[in-house]
Amino acid sequence: MRNPMPRQVIAGLCFVLAALSTHAVEAPPVAANPQIEARMMAISNELRCLVCQNQTIADSHAELAVDLRQEIREMIAAGQSDQQIRDYMTERYGDFVLYRPPFKASTMVLWLGPALLLLLAVGTLIRVLRRRQSLGADAFEPETDADTDPDATIPFNPPENARHVPNR
Amino acid sequence: MKARTLLPLAIFLALVVFLAVGLRLDPREVPSPLVGKAAPAFSAPSLAAPDRVLRREDMLGKVWMLNVWASWCVACRAEHPVLVEYSRSGGSVPVYGLNYKDKREDGLRWLRQFGNPYTDTVYDSDGRIGINYGVYGVPETFIIDRAGVIRYKHIGPITPEALHDKIEPLLRQLNA
Repeated sequence: MRNPMPRQVIAGLCFVLAALSTHAVEAPPVAANPQIEARMMAISNELRCLVCQNQTIADSHAELAVDLRQEIREMIAAGQSDQQIRDYMTERYGDFVLYRPPFKASTMVLWLGPALLLLLAVGTLIRVLRRRQSLGADAFEPETDADTDPDATIPFNPPENARHVPNR
Repeated sequence: MKARTLLPLAIFLALVVFLAVGLRLDPREVPSPLVGKAAPAFSAPSLAAPDRVLRREDMLGKVWMLNVWASWCVACRAEHPVLVEYSRSGGSVPVYGLNYKDKREDGLRWLRQFGNPYTDTVYDSDGRIGINYGVYGVPETFIIDRAGVIRYKHIGPITPEALHDKIEPLLRQLNA
């Protein structure tokens, strides 16, 4: 019997339905002015939501984040600069709201820590390599064929002369 | 040579100390930049009497506590008996409530049901006052001195221990 609906058609319909449903869920944000909305999103993308601390105010669905987005919209409409809005947030919630905190005494470890750790690691690496360079060849394992020849496989039955390990 | 063999152990112990300290920190307790600054001004109706306006200026000259609460806040229920007991036993300072993003009738019912420890409650229906005070979770409590400066912020429910060990000594000091 011939299938009235080939599999490709069903699969295609599924895709269309899936696309339609996601479109319905992600309704565009209601905003009178797309320019204000774009600036609001740009600012709130750099601000931490204090309710769910690993999300930005732009991402979060927490009620406080919704309120703060509205606050930012109104401040933009009132002609405030991005810096004024960021200052408004830090006055209330501290530097912790900024995903890019300013460089000052209390954030020094945060900004310089990774670089210091990298310097320490590179310094240690250089010291170890220098020390190894000054050692004689006898301090290392002798090179074998397997080390140099990528195609070499470890012989199942090594030849007689390879079994003799010289006394080191 | 001795120092070199002990180095990995020292690094390990340093890591243990860092992790132990990190585990004891509560990431929810973000220090407020408002401590040491003037309490933000507000002018809002009382929860119980919509035509009575409460202002920050009215509080100048006395030490007081501002407790942020809401009827929808579960942790507030745990905290509430502590405040009721504090007020009933003749608390050293007046406690004002800030009813945050609530429905008026819900807030009033809550006070009838669990008792009212507040001298008065400021009704902050849209949460604007909360934003100005940097409130990011309920309950939160501010201690404000005679000059209207925020001296302490308690995040989360006030436990009997927190009241006894931190808040009351500070109030005694401010009232002195």
